[in-house]
Amino acid sequence: MNTMKRVTRRGGLLLAAALAVTLSANLSPARAADGPQAAKVTIDNFAFTPASLTIKQGTRVTFVNHDDIPHSIVNASGKFRSKALDTDQSFEFTFATAGDFDYFCGLHPHMKGKIIVTPE
Amino acid sequence: MSHNEKDGVNRRHALECMIWAGTGVVWTMSGGVPTSTLLGAAKAADAGFSFLQISDSHVGFDKAANPNALATLQEAVAKVSALPAKPAFMIHTGDITHLSKDEQFDNAAQVIGRLKLDAHYVPGEHDIIDENNGKAYLDRYGKGTKGYGWYSFDDHGVHFIGLVNVVDLKAGGMGNLGAEQLAWLADDLKGKSPSTPIVVFAHIPLWTVAPDWGWGTQDSMQALALLSRFGSVTVLNGHIHQIMQKVEGNVTFHTARSTAFPQPAPGTAPSPGPKVVPAGELRGLLGITDVVYRPGAQALAITDTTLAS
Repeated sequence: MNTMKRVTRRGGLLLAAALAVTLSANLSPARAADGPQAAKVTIDNFAFTPASLTIKQGTRVTFVNHDDIPHSIVNASGKFRSKALDTDQSFEFTFATAGDFDYFCGLHPHMKGKIIVTPE
Repeated sequence: MSHNEKDGVNRRHALECMIWAGTGVVWTMSGGVPTSTLLGAAKAADAGFSFLQISDSHVGFDKAANPNALATLQEAVAKVSALPAKPAFMIHTGDITHLSKDEQFDNAAQVIGRLKLDAHYVPGEHDIIDENNGKAYLDRYGKGTKGYGWYSFDDHGVHFIGLVNVVDLKAGGMGNLGAEQLAWLADDLKGKSPSTPIVVFAHIPLWTVAPDWGWGTQDSMQALALLSRFGSVTVLNGHIHQIMQKVEGNVTFHTARSTAFPQPAPGTAPSPGPKVVPAGELRGLLGITDVVYRPGAQALAITDTTLAS
């Protein structure tokens, strides 16, 4: 009986895990597919790190603000623009097309960064 | 640049980088010459009138550099209320709030409202980061203003000009006035006598304090060119949370200290972010100092007084 119970429980857990994977895949297919194609830019001390980031087309980049002061992510050509990010808030953008994308902080424009997107 | 008061700051150094911690500054216009008197030592103006400057209140800020920016604004307001001579009005040179939230604007207005003074505002970059890019500020303070909130008014024969240099900032640049506002300024000054005393106030300094930190306004020279024919021009700014002053010809530039938290002097820290000091030292830094100056004269008196003293 003990053995049976244990097996059943494990089976249930596996089923739950499988369901969870299926659910998350259904709810946000892009995110699930992103797995290896995700990158991060952090903001510390009024600077983007890395200041220049090279990624493959289709990569989702997460910008995270670690400063005590809000910052924003603005592309001068209007391809992307975040709201002001307070401490530890983040902004995500998927770079679907290849090219060079300069950006800056809309509040402190001396802060500049660049995303270089290479074709797949 | 050392900012240790025990160093025995010499006159030249004091002129280069004045360290006084004003939670508010009282400006007295006497014979067209503005004189600033810090709150602790303010006296009744014998002639002319006085007005108050408050800056960088950052209501809503609650990080290590000051866990309660509203409380220090309240303390600043209490200092003003205790003045022997009531200022004619006040100006706030921006960053009223930290994140442009309604609650932060409301709290700031409630505290500042206790002064029962006419208040003239210009926005800081922290005041226009609501979802509608500045609508929250303009709904409150934009009445009778142009563009993103610039305007002018006259009081006691002095022409006051509030400028907005925190909107539409350009990549790699600093503060920005923009062509539309500069055209308005040219028109606003048209026909004014060169002997009219001018006071210009804006959030970001209208002279270049530290370009690598964005502490300046990239097209300010165009504004200053329009002001060059006037005999007395005083430029009052905030943004950098410390006092700096420069006199150039007929123009006196002056930045006010924040009521919320200090920022480092240029070159003394990796970034201009809030300067964290031990809790017991914050009010010492937010303390007040008496600075009396007369444009064109050599005499300059600086007296540091802290809130803690």
